[in-house]
Amino acid sequence: MAEPKNSTILVELKDVSKSYYKNRFEIPVLSNITFSIKDGLFFAFMGPSGSGKTTLLNLIAGIDQPDTGQILVGGTDIAKLSESQLATWRSLHVGFIFQFYNLIPVLTAFENVELPLMLTHLSKKEKREHVRTALSLVGLGDRMDHYPRQLSGGQEQRVAIARAVVTDPTIIVADEPTGDLDKTSAEDVLELLVRLNEQFRKTIIMVTHDPRAAEKAHQIIHLDKGELTPYEPSQAGI
Amino acid sequence: MNLPKLVFRNIFRHSLRSALTILGIGVTITAFGLLRTLVGAWNTGVEASSDNRLITRNAVSFVFPMPLAYQNQISSIDGVEQVTFANWFMGVYVDENQFFPRLAVDANTFLETFPEYLLTREELETFKRERNSCIIGSVIAERYDLQRGDIMQVTGNIYPGTYEFVVRGIYRPRDQTTDASQMFFQWDYLNERLIQDSPGRANEVGWYIVTIAEPSQSAGVSEAIDAIFLNSRAETKTETEASFQQSFISMSGAIIQAINVISIIIIGIIGLVLSNTMAMTARERNQEYAVLKTLGFKSNFITRLIVSETLLISVLGGILGLAITFPLTDAVQEYIPAGWFPVFEITPLTIGLSALAVAAVTIFASFYPILYAKSQSIVDGLRQIS
Repeated sequence: MAEPKNSTILVELKDVSKSYYKNRFEIPVLSNITFSIKDGLFFAFMGPSGSGKTTLLNLIAGIDQPDTGQILVGGTDIAKLSESQLATWRSLHVGFIFQFYNLIPVLTAFENVELPLMLTHLSKKEKREHVRTALSLVGLGDRMDHYPRQLSGGQEQRVAIARAVVTDPTIIVADEPTGDLDKTSAEDVLELLVRLNEQFRKTIIMVTHDPRAAEKAHQIIHLDKGELTPYEPSQAGI
Repeated sequence: MNLPKLVFRNIFRHSLRSALTILGIGVTITAFGLLRTLVGAWNTGVEASSDNRLITRNAVSFVFPMPLAYQNQISSIDGVEQVTFANWFMGVYVDENQFFPRLAVDANTFLETFPEYLLTREELETFKRERNSCIIGSVIAERYDLQRGDIMQVTGNIYPGTYEFVVRGIYRPRDQTTDASQMFFQWDYLNERLIQDSPGRANEVGWYIVTIAEPSQSAGVSEAIDAIFLNSRAETKTETEASFQQSFISMSGAIIQAINVISIIIIGIIGLVLSNTMAMTARERNQEYAVLKTLGFKSNFITRLIVSETLLISVLGGILGLAITFPLTDAVQEYIPAGWFPVFEITPLTIGLSALAVAAVTIFASFYPILYAKSQSIVDGLRQIS
């Protein structure tokens, strides 16, 4: 896919390292990662399991903090924000799409999409309009009152996408968005992400194992053992 | 979408579990309410006591009498407004299982000392005038279907013989704590019989009720009364009416204490049960809390969510419990032998304590889930999903 022109840098990582501790043993996950992502880009991380893809995505999305380094998103160094500041920042700037959708089972599709709007100052009417627009955008305008258990996997993921875009975030992060879907549903979801990127200029950062998903991205970064490695299409089977 | 809606949906996520927990709390609050009502019934006499009444009894024991002549001597003490007296008559009415206090009292002064027994002036005057008249409480009138003019035949046991009384008045209780299950008749009527049948027991009084002008003088007046009869053949012990009533309760002190402890243990148990339910909920929904935090909800929102869910379950259980307690208290009262407790009703205090118990259970049961939810990072929660 062709990259958007005249883009500025939206995400910039400088010497980011991250380790986890298990039974007092340090397990390095990311080592001195430096790279940037332009605004409006459809970006993909690929790599084997345990390579640090999801950790990197979590750091960019502000749900985890690096041990060292800077993470600038839209000019804000989110590595320096407190837990509370990060929560507010996420609600304003990040939309999340998970592999297993993570919808709240006791809420309808409408209510699930409405959930992030609880943190806004929109009126009831405005919230309703936003939710309807988001659900129509993903093609589920007729499934608003359905509970997650009444939807197929593909439909659930589309509700999750509607939930991710309803607040009009700066970036959308997607962790294996097609990992739990059949081929047709996966294709639908990917087309939807491409549409969000192309029509609405949403910056999408995706982690995937799926070569067909990676194909949709403008740029792919490969991770191996916590380090960036040159991307070879053959690594992904493309 | 708002917090109450989310809370409501969540507590019915596992309908059976929530229903059983609510039922458990309901049963516990019912048990708590019943036990508190029982303790309250035991304490009714103390609560109904007046601050300006003292009781003078024989220092050896309540069962030993004192001479009638003490009345004038007590009356002469500074601070004493009025002195009246009574004898425990008891006897058997209908059969031995029909228990209610039957007292021989000084007709001229006794009922004026107890303004909480509401009578008409006509009833009081007739009682004073007719030697064999009696006054009964409204509870007794209702229980035995007695009306003014009816005859009550009582067979004496402490004072042998058959006594017949004409009901000349039915008093109504002024307060909720006023005992309306007593019978009063003229002490003179009893004394006349004793002069004839057992002269050695005549002109004796069971206890004196001393009305004082100022409750603050109770200690001084009590000491003064007891000092008069020091080294006499019937030394006295004077105390406030509340202390006198308390001395009866203290005989059952261990039982009351045990009931109090049991009621607290019951609340503790349900606190643990609800705590376990909420802890299970928190563990099961750890990933959901992680998703909420990911969306930008802060830890205090998760705390409010957990506390609200716990509170809603507790409150529903509490309401259910109180709703059961009222009819159950009435039903239990039917099985309590007549006269044991003059007042056996759920008081505002019991309702208040039940509400307090619900609040305590909520706080206790929320504690662990909140700590657990706060201690879990978003990454750990999301990892649980994958």
